[in-house]
Amino acid sequence: MLHTINQSPFRGDSLTSCIRFIQADDPILFMEDGIYAVQHGNKFNEIISNLSKTNPIYALSPDIKARGIQNVLAEVKQIDYDGFVELVENHQVNSWL
Amino acid sequence: MKIGILLKEGPYNHQAADSAYQFIQAARKRGHEIESVFFYNDGVNNAANKAEPPQDDRNIYQRWSDLGAEGVNILVCVAAAKRRSINEEILIENATITGLGQLTDIAIRADRLVTFGD
Amino acid sequence: MREEDGEIIKDFMYVMRRAPHGTIYTYEGLEMVLISAAFDQDISIAFIDDGVYSLLKDQDTEDLQIKGFVKTFKALDGYDVEKLYVDRQSLEERGLSEDDLIVDVEVLESAEIGKLMAKQDVVIHN
Repeated sequence: MLHTINQSPFRGDSLTSCIRFIQADDPILFMEDGIYAVQHGNKFNEIISNLSKTNPIYALSPDIKARGIQNVLAEVKQIDYDGFVELVENHQVNSWL
Repeated sequence: MKIGILLKEGPYNHQAADSAYQFIQAARKRGHEIESVFFYNDGVNNAANKAEPPQDDRNIYQRWSDLGAEGVNILVCVAAAKRRSINEEILIENATITGLGQLTDIAIRADRLVTFGD
Repeated sequence: MREEDGEIIKDFMYVMRRAPHGTIYTYEGLEMVLISAAFDQDISIAFIDDGVYSLLKDQDTEDLQIKGFVKTFKALDGYDVEKLYVDRQSLEERGLSEDDLIVDVEVLESAEIGKLMAKQDVVIHN
């Protein structure tokens, strides 16, 4: 199951809740304001790094670009909408609104 | 693959309508069928035809109308619409007001349901 | 997903993760659940985070002139929506227990709800 997170981790609990329920190997996609979770140097780095040991982590590149985020964590794979669709081809979707 | 889209936020106020649209375009490019786009909650505001967004910005209403013209079902929940003054008289072209049951029907028929919201 | 008499039956999980009344999401989400119950699908609701507040006893919206919907949660049984899962951690973080809730639910660990979630064909957050 693909989990998408579109909320800034500084504003809400989507990320921390998602992590509590997610199964190993399930991919996570950060999009919209969720992108701010994967910027290098912020307080969520350790959470994301630990998560990356069990789950593939993606971030939507047009949303990264729109927000001027240059230093995305190395553990995070950047994909465009084509990549988003590819993930949906392979997984049911759980959007953490 | 048949993909259904659920959109739960209104246009401009939240990025959800833009994200849904970009996803739909990419999915169609990859050969998928967008079974339907279903507007719920404030998402029904995407179907109002009286809006006049600035000309130098995207027209989200027109996008949905164009998708509808290309054969994608653009569906508006009647119960949510009535709460928000959306009715047949101000409906964008190529959209349909329908019952909430349609959403369940889409979820059953489609291979995937992708939700966009707040 | 399975087939019975040629009809597709999918596993639907509705996730309630927001507090009631402050926004309309829970109310309209509940309408979605009730409508979908008529389709004979395998439906469950997961109450997570602030979603557990939806089930508190003694909610009374009369003074606000907001139509209450707590009674509707009590009526879910009549719609054959019987799988109500509540996240134990969400309850405990809020100083609540099962006794504070208006309906019979299954209080589960997050990991157990996570496993159920992973089996779903459709997950909709409200």
